Amino acid sequence: MLDALARFGRRGLESLERLGRGHLLLLQILAGLTSLVTRIGLLIAQVHSIGVRTTTIIVVSGLFVGMVLGLQGYYVLSQFAAEDSLGVMVAASLVRELGPVVTALLFAGRAGSALTAEIGLMKATEQLSGLEMMAVDPIRRILSPRFYAGFLSMPLLAALFSAVGIIGGYFVSVGLLGVDEGAFWSQMQAKIDWNEDVINGVIKSLVFGFVCSWIALFQGYDAIPTSAGVSQATTRTVVHSALAVLVLDFVLTALMFGD
Amino acid sequence: MHTRQLEITVGAFMAAGLVALFFLAMQVSNLASITAGEGYEVTARFDNIGGLKVRSPVSMAGVRIGRVVGISYDQSSFEAVVTLSIDPAYNQIPDDSIAKIYTSGLLGEQYVGLDPGGSLESLEQGSEVMLTQSALVLEEIIGQFLFSRAEENAISDEATAQ
Repeated sequence: MLDALARFGRRGLESLERLGRGHLLLLQILAGLTSLVTRIGLLIAQVHSIGVRTTTIIVVSGLFVGMVLGLQGYYVLSQFAAEDSLGVMVAASLVRELGPVVTALLFAGRAGSALTAEIGLMKATEQLSGLEMMAVDPIRRILSPRFYAGFLSMPLLAALFSAVGIIGGYFVSVGLLGVDEGAFWSQMQAKIDWNEDVINGVIKSLVFGFVCSWIALFQGYDAIPTSAGVSQATTRTVVHSALAVLVLDFVLTALMFGD
Repeated sequence: MHTRQLEITVGAFMAAGLVALFFLAMQVSNLASITAGEGYEVTARFDNIGGLKVRSPVSMAGVRIGRVVGISYDQSSFEAVVTLSIDPAYNQIPDDSIAKIYTSGLLGEQYVGLDPGGSLESLEQGSEVMLTQSALVLEEIIGQFLFSRAEENAISDEATAQ
């Protein structure tokens, strides 16, 4: 009985410790911005491997999500003879919710897991300790550029996702389903607000970029330096990122669109 | 050379993201239709504004000329005070125009329609639209209709009784 209680307590302490380590690491990563300013090349290389290489999957998924939204929205709206509002429906759901959220989920799967595996392997093969031996701070040299690259790439990827999705929705609804082209765009422009909808979507994706990059880097940095440990850490990155994104999305939506 | 290629692809990526944002701004949202300078504001008092909301359109002859920027309640006169922001391009609106609250379609959203008056003076910043007509509240009209039917029946009953 007491043993079980002790185990429970140890677990609590361990997770608290992890949380503390995570936040300390975050502070160190954020402080790495100062040395990043003078070495912008590091950031560019990471934007390439994190952002540019994720573009393909984002564009393709965005296109299909937008097309499906057009089809499904038409099914519901045509029952009320409100097909003209299809543009609003597609754009609002993409810009407000699906753009930031699906992009963050894909980002966690495509870029986050790769980051964790990379950092975890660097740790397992003692490359990070090697850097420290050469008096190079691995957090500033390795982790910071990756963090800021993820943070900056996410809103750009989300904007791409939304824009491509709206174009996909346009092809399906105007081309395939025969919704009036003028009504599609004009209703959209009348109802979608730049500050209310688009900017809030960008803020969401900035938050998701911050959280996803942080989780991925921390899991990699904190991984047990074995192949099993790295594989566990990679799984945890995807699971934790997905949960964090969905929970945060609810909180942000309640704050932004709640009233 | 390798670095250069890297920089080019990153540049293209960032440009694509910004183009997407620009597309969202111009083609999807209403940013393009917001006029550069804020319009001039006039107020109007209504007995009942129905379902009018901030950001509802203000139109004249069916053309959108501005939007509702504020709704408040005046405790002393028990009226709703609606602030309308009107595009500065439309500066020739007679100051005795009538503000009415209409509904677009049977169940659509409500908007403020201005019917021009005959005055030579124009509305300007801070002036008030004196003549207003409240929103049609569907329940009230149905209530009045039922009440008048009941009254008619009572009169015809009296007539047959005599």
